[in-house]
Amino acid sequence: MKLGRVIGKVWATVKDPKLTGVTLYLMQPVNELDEPLGRPAVAADVVGSREGDLIYWVGSAEATFVLEDRQIPSDVSIVGIVDDKSTGGD
Amino acid sequence: MELARVEGTVVSTMKNERLDGYKLLLVNLVEPDLKSTGQYLVAVDSVGAGEGEIVIVVRGSSARQSAELSNVPTDSSIVAIVDVIEMKKKTIYKKHGAGEKKK
Amino acid sequence: MYLGKVIGNVVATVKHPSYKDQKLMLVAPMQPDGSLKKATMLAVDTVDAGINDVVLVISEGKSASEILEFEKRVPIRSVIIAVVDHVDISEQDQ
Repeated sequence: MKLGRVIGKVWATVKDPKLTGVTLYLMQPVNELDEPLGRPAVAADVVGSREGDLIYWVGSAEATFVLEDRQIPSDVSIVGIVDDKSTGGD
Repeated sequence: MELARVEGTVVSTMKNERLDGYKLLLVNLVEPDLKSTGQYLVAVDSVGAGEGEIVIVVRGSSARQSAELSNVPTDSSIVAIVDVIEMKKKTIYKKHGAGEKKK
Repeated sequence: MYLGKVIGNVVATVKHPSYKDQKLMLVAPMQPDGSLKKATMLAVDTVDAGINDVVLVISEGKSASEILEFEKRVPIRSVIIAVVDHVDISEQDQ
């Protein structure tokens, strides 16, 4: 799992039926200092995050397991909204 | 998942039979502002995407979870055609003719 | 999947059993303009591809195992699944 920042939203009418009801966000992967890592991805969200939120996400096969009733065709899925984090002693 | 622009169609006679009947599209991965990343992929289309459209591509084993492609050997699938991309409440991309009724 | 050009093949005696009787090719990933990337890959051939053929390579373990008709997952990830006849690219694209 990794950290990311929700930076935008993607709308698509024509999409895989298994993605119905799933929100698609533009998500910038970030490190613990909120610095961007690589380029933004399109992420599936089922936890109700909003633009601007710091979130954590799972990649690859695990990203398909976010719903109870079905696996979804996603390789990046938001699975938590970060309330608080702390880093390092020094 | 990644944003990509459909740039072409891949035509092949000699191919694995399990891909028979599926449309293979050449896509160019793009940044959110739709600039090319220079990276190209061939993806199986499951939503009827056409050249020039901005689409969402799923990669890896997740690509097989598409409703249409559960038994197709694929590592990249097109799972949606993008209508609108919004950042900071501003529309940064809108498909021609999309969302006429919304707003 | 990605486009590549077959630039050679690889022969090995000592290898994992799943690679027995497989044809292993050296493939250079290719841009649509025909330029080749240096990150050469190995891929098992399933369509009788030859040197200089432009091919389609799939790089996902479950698909690879299925295409090669193994009953269970094997340590093979990349497989050549098609020889490309041509790629149609619309003219307005650069």
